[in-house]
Amino acid sequence: MHEMSVTQNVMEIVLQQAKEAGATRVKSVKLRFGTLTSIVPDCVAFYFEQMTPGTLAEGAKLDVEMVPLRLKCGQCGEEFEGQDELDVTCPKCGNPFTETLSGREMEVASIDVDT
Amino acid sequence: MEVKVVQNILKVNEKLADENRKLFAAKDVFVIDVMASPGAGKTSTILATVDSLKDDVNIAVIEGDIASKVDAEKIQEHGVEAVQINTGGACHLDGNMIQNALQVLDLDAIDLLIVENVGNLVCPAEFDLGQSMKLVISSVPEGDDKPLKYPVIFTQADALILNKVDMLEATDFSETAFEEGVRRLNPRAPIFKISATKGDGVEAWTEWLRERVDAASK
Repeated sequence: MHEMSVTQNVMEIVLQQAKEAGATRVKSVKLRFGTLTSIVPDCVAFYFEQMTPGTLAEGAKLDVEMVPLRLKCGQCGEEFEGQDELDVTCPKCGNPFTETLSGREMEVASIDVDT
Repeated sequence: MEVKVVQNILKVNEKLADENRKLFAAKDVFVIDVMASPGAGKTSTILATVDSLKDDVNIAVIEGDIASKVDAEKIQEHGVEAVQINTGGACHLDGNMIQNALQVLDLDAIDLLIVENVGNLVCPAEFDLGQSMKLVISSVPEGDDKPLKYPVIFTQADALILNKVDMLEATDFSETAFEEGVRRLNPRAPIFKISATKGDGVEAWTEWLRERVDAASK
């Protein structure tokens, strides 16, 4: 995918937030990726290591939380996790019309900094 | 000290896509983002769509490719305006590239804007362009397992085209397996079976599209 541009955006957000918080160092960064986003976390971690030296985030630890695909049945209201190969059919009533509750996230959740 | 951030990593793109969406709505332009793998027949499908609708609908096309302007030239030969975007290596179009292309198009004179994304079944799914609908094209020679292998893009389609149905007999492609694969991911989107170059099934697709374009301009 496009993990490099994603990581560049992560760096921009992290450094901007660190600056606003008056940080001297970023100790860790927490990201949240939905399983529907096709992001490869190891690949983001690799670019992060390449991009952080010389910045406030040098040496920062990267935590990635994968957010599972959660769906809600449009018929019976059952909430459930998407199965392998993203089957969206409701396991309770078999209705295929479902809405996505989570799984599309691509966000910087928090940063831990020294001030 | 922990700082809560909760910021969308693609927020810059989301913002640009929202700007595009507002502009399209203000100008009554219906916009399709056409996504498919290389060789599925994006350009052929666009040409068939242009030929079918151009007498009644004002159409323009944005062509996204990593390099070359062969597609834009092909479209222009069919009598509609075409703008070529060369991404220079990027695997998808984004909101900003569309904004740049819009600078050379007169949206007041356009009812339907067709955007041909870069041939790729992964990345284009992730980047909002501000489109009115997403069209995913799959083709018979690619095999009937594409929905299983690239599920995300199929979950996002507002309409699907199965292209090159004239080649069904020459392959072991199972229409049933393809449709079942799609339906597990996307129960709603209509599936149009066409041969863009031979013309089979094209009218059903373009009539469906025409209704949506008309609705957008009212």
